[in-house]
Amino acid sequence: MANIMYWEAIQRAHDEEMARDPLVICMGEDIGVAGGTYKATKGLYEKYGPLRVMDTPISEGGFTGLGIGASFLGVRPVIEIMSVNFAWLAMDQMFNSAAKVRYMSGGQLTAPCVFRSAGGAAHQLGAQHSARMEKVFMGIAGLRVVTPSNPKQAYGLLKSAIRCDDPVFINEHELMYNMKGEVPDGEYFHPLEGSDIARAGTDVTLFGYNISVHWCLKAAEILDKQYGISAEVVDLYSLSPLDRAGIKASVSKTHRAVIAEEDEAPVGVGSEVIAIINEECFFELDAAPVRVHSALVPQPYNHTLEKAAIPDHEDVVKAVLKIFGKA
Amino acid sequence: MKIEDKKRVLREMVLHRRFEERCYQAYIERKIGGFLHLYPGQEACCNGVMEAARPGHDYVITGYRDHVHAIKCGADPKAVMAELYGKETGSSKGRGGSMHIFDGDKRFMGGYALVGGPFPLAAGIAKAIQLKGGDEIAICFLGDAANNQGVFHETLNMAALWKLPVLFVCENNLYGIGTSIERSTAVVHQHKRVAAYNIPADECDGQDIEIVYEAARKAVDHVRSGNGPYFLELMTYRYRGHSMSDSRGYRSREEEELWKQRDPIFILRDRLIKDGAMSMADFETLEKETDAYIENEVIKFAEESPEPRVEDLEKYVFADRATQLPWLTGKAA
Repeated sequence: MANIMYWEAIQRAHDEEMARDPLVICMGEDIGVAGGTYKATKGLYEKYGPLRVMDTPISEGGFTGLGIGASFLGVRPVIEIMSVNFAWLAMDQMFNSAAKVRYMSGGQLTAPCVFRSAGGAAHQLGAQHSARMEKVFMGIAGLRVVTPSNPKQAYGLLKSAIRCDDPVFINEHELMYNMKGEVPDGEYFHPLEGSDIARAGTDVTLFGYNISVHWCLKAAEILDKQYGISAEVVDLYSLSPLDRAGIKASVSKTHRAVIAEEDEAPVGVGSEVIAIINEECFFELDAAPVRVHSALVPQPYNHTLEKAAIPDHEDVVKAVLKIFGKA
Repeated sequence: MKIEDKKRVLREMVLHRRFEERCYQAYIERKIGGFLHLYPGQEACCNGVMEAARPGHDYVITGYRDHVHAIKCGADPKAVMAELYGKETGSSKGRGGSMHIFDGDKRFMGGYALVGGPFPLAAGIAKAIQLKGGDEIAICFLGDAANNQGVFHETLNMAALWKLPVLFVCENNLYGIGTSIERSTAVVHQHKRVAAYNIPADECDGQDIEIVYEAARKAVDHVRSGNGPYFLELMTYRYRGHSMSDSRGYRSREEEELWKQRDPIFILRDRLIKDGAMSMADFETLEKETDAYIENEVIKFAEESPEPRVEDLEKYVFADRATQLPWLTGKAA
């Protein structure tokens, strides 16, 4: 096990896959000569050259479509969208071309491409550089959506996404690239479907994904030590499809649920998980599930306002205490 | 073009015309649903370019006015008609419809319904050719109105920057849906817009197939020789409306009649008659044979083919699950 950073894990997955298969390429803004905004493609340009590590113009719709077109012929492009906010410009190609081409061609064409993007709010980047957009991607038929919460997942999910014949969107997080964690020394493929139990517990399930898994883990620690509440933390690394069986199993055990997301509430992961709970195990519930989420505002620049807009582990603790009538 | 090729292409163009006119009738009869965009008037564009290229070898992609391009690449007209009928035997198994004809085996990479959407896809296909080292080229057929999308400019820039083997064919039929090019576009002659990207570009008459063929030969040679992209603008006209819901209130009947004087099929027919290669009676026989083929084989096949099964509704959303299990479950061998 190597203890490496999230960006190093992503870089390693790229490197191994590019060394294995000459049709794996990567493309995006500043990923080559400049080494990548978050270093996720560091050293690849020097190793694989400009034909396979493509510094693109700032044309998200254009280069995303170009990568998708190449994938029709078996090329496996890993397309980096520097910030998920810019993905709006590429969504026509992601949704109308990549996600639909297999279906509308009756299975003849397929788009085995990977879209990687830095999501999440960092620090004071303002309204147009702080969006969380996983909710937009997870409702699209034909597109898989995963979101790594640690270096092991970042490595293993990218490996699996490159090998998978379906288009996969990987939602990373701007604040997590320097996070360290254990990654297996040998090749490892993280499943693109399912969920992980990040911490086992019996009294309440805290559902998180990506950065909110860490709020949940911290909250679980506090709940255990200060309140004697045993919280289970479920890591929903696959947002599409969501793990119905995993959600059902955990809620059937704990009978209570809190869903923590950095995204805003409407039409989001929280509402979807609650719908699944209702459909799968409503009568197992001892209390109404609660969502923890961002305020529905364009992200403010001001530090205090920004902090107020985004939840953290304390909000998760409060939500649990509310369920137990202790708030 | 050789006489024999001209005779063969005339036969193909008559098939393309009669196929589309038969679609019109089937649409009126409600056998075909959705939107239907027909090609009559523009036949010399697709045929002229593809005569200069290698159908089935070169990769072709286009917009939603796509039936003729598919057939020209080698798609079976029966499968295309069955697709319009929404049948399981259709070229996209009834899942695509008129705007999404595909034939992967014939390298017809599809019809797409977002105006301009195929531009970057075509460049990507060219990128894949470049990586794999083949002698194929990518050919992107789109209308003039697609050039008002941002991806037109983004794609031209990247295609020139990376010297991609892609030929952009602009079928300038003077209307974007129901708005004339003068009212939507600051520059009517589209090849002029390409100059900014250092891409060689040419414009020619899109009604005379021999003129199209000569211009396309130059274009195809340029791209296939590794010189990067090329842009060919063909001045043409669609006789019917943008789609079936279009009563053509935005243009005059006089203008339509003027263009019909330069019908691509009649231009070629009259030349062959003048050259003594065929007679008017031969042409009339050809039309009758074509209609009989369409009725007795194409329509019959579409009519008699089965509907897709409702149990298969979700088939083709994702790759066959059994083949993907190592990545979906993480249990790689």
